[in-house]
Amino acid sequence: MGRQDIVAEIPRLRRYARALTGDAARADDLVQDTLERALGKWALWRPGNLRAWLFSIMHNLFVNQARRAGAVDYPGDEALPELPMRASQADAIELRDLAGCLARLPAEQREVLLLVGLEDLSYEDTAKILGLPLGTVMSRLSRGRQRLRSLLSGADAAEPHLKAVK
Amino acid sequence: MNQPPISEQELHAYADGRLEAARRAQVEAWLDDRPELRQTVADWRIQNERLHGAFDPVLDEAVPARLMAAGRASPALPLHLAAAVAWLTVGGLLGFLLRDQLSPAPSASASLPRQAALAHAVFSPEVRHPVEVGAAEEAHLVAWLSKRLGAELKPPRLAAQGFDLVGGRLLSGEAGPVAQFMYQDGRGQRLTLYVRHDAQVASETSFRYARENGIGVFYWLDGRLGYALSGEMDKAELLHVATAVYRQLNP
Repeated sequence: MGRQDIVAEIPRLRRYARALTGDAARADDLVQDTLERALGKWALWRPGNLRAWLFSIMHNLFVNQARRAGAVDYPGDEALPELPMRASQADAIELRDLAGCLARLPAEQREVLLLVGLEDLSYEDTAKILGLPLGTVMSRLSRGRQRLRSLLSGADAAEPHLKAVK
Repeated sequence: MNQPPISEQELHAYADGRLEAARRAQVEAWLDDRPELRQTVADWRIQNERLHGAFDPVLDEAVPARLMAAGRASPALPLHLAAAVAWLTVGGLLGFLLRDQLSPAPSASASLPRQAALAHAVFSPEVRHPVEVGAAEEAHLVAWLSKRLGAELKPPRLAAQGFDLVGGRLLSGEAGPVAQFMYQDGRGQRLTLYVRHDAQVASETSFRYARENGIGVFYWLDGRLGYALSGEMDKAELLHVATAVYRQLNP
């Protein structure tokens, strides 16, 4: 395992950070901090599971930043998340709805939901990354999915109304 | 048939496609009698699909140069520290060597080859994204970089020397924007021309040569513009190209 393996993980770190923060610039700042922290530790210790290790570094940085910022800052309804470039117009509406709903989840539920549902990490790896017992991960996953389900059904219901007004 | 009761954890594992086939079949049969729960589990699965649909495009985006640089930094020192140490070392050495020379703009001309070599080292190994704007859009590239630097730029033609323009990018220098043009020959060897427009005092220097970490740099000042041509090749070979660049820019 070499440093080029770290470089190969960058796209996945960016995907997770983008979904976690809902903001492209903030996400890349988080990725950059993660890479610098990882390379700083690299000389001392080589992780067994590189991906899980990088995600755990990012988790710690994210939590520290949120703590420093005081209460976790949820973007308001006006704040539109940055869109990946491939998105078409219909995709853009879909993404705005989804990202807006994600932003309204408590950060601790959002993290679990994304590590499992987007990054396809095992429940055990997710628990290790977040430094939590497996049971806590499962209950956060359950609550997060329930909450996102009701948020999304609200957002989906609102869309035909918007079309009718237009 | 006796089977263990189905936990909520298993319902999540079912939605995430992480159950073994035998258990999956049991959960499926069990959900057949519970349509509401079946819908909930289906919604969880759709959540995963929507997350992938929304954020997978990020995987195909070009990774910003600053992240590539952070990922490739020396393991012992974070990039900014390593760069600072290198600059202090090289700067100290250059300062020592130049201590008796009365150059018209010593600080400007001394930092030029260092910065140019650093930019060359960062971007020339880049395989997928060596430039921000490619040579196919040369008119746009030149207009854009000229506007940002506040000076008429004209990338030299180096086909006679075997090098074609790959494209260019905008960088940040010590005192403002900097343009970098990249060239490549048939063997994939790359040259970069670094142009900055930040000299406080208009001045001219002769044609100079420096070597920074294996990268050769020919550089000169012309009015408020500073030029540096960098390449990982021997001095005579680089001089051949640099002379062509110099002649085209200073006819």
